[in-house]
Amino acid sequence: MNGITTARPDAAPAAPSRPRRRARRSTLTRASGVGLGLAVVWFSLLVLIPLAAVVIAAAEGGWDTFVGTITDGDTAAAIRLTVVEAALVTVVNVVMGTVIAWVLVRDTFPGKRVLEVVIDLPFALPTIVAGLVLLSLYGPDSPVGVNLVNSRQGIFLALLFVTLPFVVRTVQPVLLELDADVEEAAASLGASRATTFRRIILPALAPAITAGASLAFARAISEFGSLVLIAGNQPRNTEVASLKILKYIEGDQQAAAASVAVLLLLVAVLVIVALDLISRRVAARG
Amino acid sequence: MSIEISNVNKYFGDFAALTDIDLTIPTGQLTALLGPSGGGKSTLLRVIAGLEEADSGTVTIEGADATALPVQKRNVGFVFQHYAAFKHLSVRRNIAFGLEIRKRPRAEIDAKVEELLELVHLTAWAERKPAQLSGGQRQRMALARALAIEPSVLLLDEPFGALDAKVRKELRDWLRRLHDEVHVTTVFVTHDQEEALEVADQIVVINEGRIEQVGTPDDLYDRPASEFVLGFLGPVTRLGGDLIRPHDIEISRYEQAATATGPITRWTRVGFEVRLEITPDDVLHPDPVQVALTRTEARALDLHLGDQVWLRPAVGAQTVTT
Repeated sequence: MNGITTARPDAAPAAPSRPRRRARRSTLTRASGVGLGLAVVWFSLLVLIPLAAVVIAAAEGGWDTFVGTITDGDTAAAIRLTVVEAALVTVVNVVMGTVIAWVLVRDTFPGKRVLEVVIDLPFALPTIVAGLVLLSLYGPDSPVGVNLVNSRQGIFLALLFVTLPFVVRTVQPVLLELDADVEEAAASLGASRATTFRRIILPALAPAITAGASLAFARAISEFGSLVLIAGNQPRNTEVASLKILKYIEGDQQAAAASVAVLLLLVAVLVIVALDLISRRVAARG
Repeated sequence: MSIEISNVNKYFGDFAALTDIDLTIPTGQLTALLGPSGGGKSTLLRVIAGLEEADSGTVTIEGADATALPVQKRNVGFVFQHYAAFKHLSVRRNIAFGLEIRKRPRAEIDAKVEELLELVHLTAWAERKPAQLSGGQRQRMALARALAIEPSVLLLDEPFGALDAKVRKELRDWLRRLHDEVHVTTVFVTHDQEEALEVADQIVVINEGRIEQVGTPDDLYDRPASEFVLGFLGPVTRLGGDLIRPHDIEISRYEQAATATGPITRWTRVGFEVRLEITPDDVLHPDPVQVALTRTEARALDLHLGDQVWLRPAVGAQTVTT
């Protein structure tokens, strides 16, 4: 096929237009302007102002209180435990959530409908109930003889339990929308199933997986209800950040509590941004 | 012979999608699989590609038995109706995909992709994402992607089905010219008889999972093996007891030796063409007869709705007696 050219088709393009540039000019009409205003007010009242208040509360204690709090041995341990556990749980969720979504979308088996509903249970259960469920199975009176109370494994398990649906539920609809054609095209070009998954399917799923992972991570670093019962709350061992904040507030140390809160906030923002960057990378790579 | 299909059967549950298919597709030619939707032509194409496994029978590609080969190993280029573009990759990387899978050296891939971009006239669009292309451009990209792996056969499943009429026509001409230069054995599926007649060297008419007839476009048009083929390749009407094409009927306002006579009961004008319906006075064959003629002819014959006319097969017309 070397050096072949065909006659120019009539549909042949003229000169390509410049790459589209995103319009900077506002496209707001009066109605959408009102809508935007409402959204901003709502968002401010619910999110921005309280967030700012926390930051101010942390700042009121001064820089020394902030540094002092987060470098305090117990607190630093609690924050480290929280972030590490949340990161691990997120990694497990990314893998397992994608697998579960895959099975739910691509396979047909008896009991599929039931599984679909069960997946959402951790969403639906009040977290304290989730803690109770775990306690009854893996607590001191465990019927299976496994006692995870007062252990990091217990925290890990509780976090896995409450974050299970996030990745599954974000990946599932995207997977449903994927064209079978595209995978067949990759196969006809010689790509194995694994290569097709890595180069074609994964990039398409990446934004959904990231969204799910962000949600799971955010939920994991903030988890409280299910941990109250199972974590045991021992400083430097099983005390997580949210419980540490509670302890500060109970001890009337508002500024310290706010300091921990601000740090958690920063971590959450950093992780969400990092995940987004990774997702863009994967989506563009192929 | 390039592709040899023998005794292929394929069932989807109880539904027989393909029944006893025996077919030889000659090397270097453009073959059309023509038939109505759900007739099994796409299934046959997918069996050739290895995207679908036949329940029995064998597929031989270029002398080698491919029946048990997975799609990855068959070295076929496949083009889908809805483009199947890799949305996250640029046009260039879409085309390079098959070569990258084969781990060819970078320089070779780049050269090949450049050549193909030229061939499908997408050089200027190489860095775009598929979503930024028109349907016709996307399909040309898909074609380049399939050709990149230098397939032994190029298979196209209703390749122009999703495009509008004008682009479809352009791409059809373009495919014909491309094939005249690239000479890769090509099989394409279509339900559009005009597309098949215009583009193909050989047409395989498939209906209800069986091959009705195989032949050149002229063979099929002039010597249809069955009523189905006759009807599928173009309009037919019944004059007396015979099937005939509406434009092969001679019509006159003056009494003459005729197969049927009656008034013009319907008059439809479609562009240059005038389609008439004549209701014969014959009690044995009372069904309306369709006649097609050009507007100029209709005017020259001074025909009007309601005129009494005499009909007979034109000289040289082919008829099928049933």
